[in-house]
Amino acid sequence: MDDIESRVRAIVVDHLGVDEEAVVHSASFIQDLGADSLDTVELVMAFEEEFEVEIKDEDAEGINTFEDAVNFIKKAQA
Amino acid sequence: MKLMEGKRGLIMGVANDKSIAWGIAKACHEHGAQLAFSYQNEIFHKRVAPLVESIGSQHMIPCDVTNPESLDKLFEELKKSWGSLDFVVHAIGFSDKNELRGRYVDISQENFTMSMDISVYSFTAVAQRAEKLMTNGGSLLTMTYYGSEKVMPHYNVMGVAKAALEASVRYLAADLGSKQIRVNAISAGTIKTLAASGIGDFRYILKWNELNSPLQRNVTTEDVGNSALYLLSDLGSSVTGEVLHVDSGYHVVGMKRVDAPDIDKVTGRN
Repeated sequence: MDDIESRVRAIVVDHLGVDEEAVVHSASFIQDLGADSLDTVELVMAFEEEFEVEIKDEDAEGINTFEDAVNFIKKAQA
Repeated sequence: MKLMEGKRGLIMGVANDKSIAWGIAKACHEHGAQLAFSYQNEIFHKRVAPLVESIGSQHMIPCDVTNPESLDKLFEELKKSWGSLDFVVHAIGFSDKNELRGRYVDISQENFTMSMDISVYSFTAVAQRAEKLMTNGGSLLTMTYYGSEKVMPHYNVMGVAKAALEASVRYLAADLGSKQIRVNAISAGTIKTLAASGIGDFRYILKWNELNSPLQRNVTTEDVGNSALYLLSDLGSSVTGEVLHVDSGYHVVGMKRVDAPDIDKVTGRN
């Protein structure tokens, strides 16, 4: 498992209080992992902090699943 | 020395552990204050409850500041449990984030009215009710930002609202002074809070402040908490109607330092 993936997973597990196994690639923060509307904002803020990237609102709207987040951060850091 | 021993206060506007209101609450708690917290709804309750528990308080009361009955109930609850009140921290503001970008001139009447109601009037509505409980004098504190004095990118209607809030601090201070109730505001530097997440280009704004403020760093919620202690405790006993800048000195700066690094090189923009 690559580094970005495991760091994103750790943030999601910590913030949403879910099991690591639940954070599969297709897992939707809201539908599968029980996030509310503020959780999604807080997750984006946590990603920004951890990876030192800026995630604009327009981009944040497209980040709905674990995989979306990992892909966005990989692209932003490339 | 414990500065807040024997004082009872209401903290309004904690959203999570990054909130400025939480930084102030922690400082007050460390200095011996007894605290109650208001929260907007269930979404916030879930976040605030563990924080409140962590400082050994269980005093949480729901309050929608746009609803006069909800405000009445909040202060009735406080009266029932404490009888009197020594201080209130008001860290509440709101605007439609779609209008915290683009041009201020394009604002809708609906969002203008709502932003003023929640960000400005709510403080006066709180003061009206707190006055009755502050039988031994007291201290009211609200949060503002330099965007009230100078134009800041994207701050738009919130700049207008904060200017009105600062003016209301002065009028409230004059009205309530005879009862030894002090009214002040802290103009905090930029801090990445949940509320700030609605403001566009915030990382750039943070970096700009870090590079160009006299102290050459951003402020933390702990910094704001410590300065709030001065205004809430007896250290600030003759201070009222004041807007205290807790912003690493940014408000005195006229232009970037000649030797400050070029921000585009630092942020990788061009």
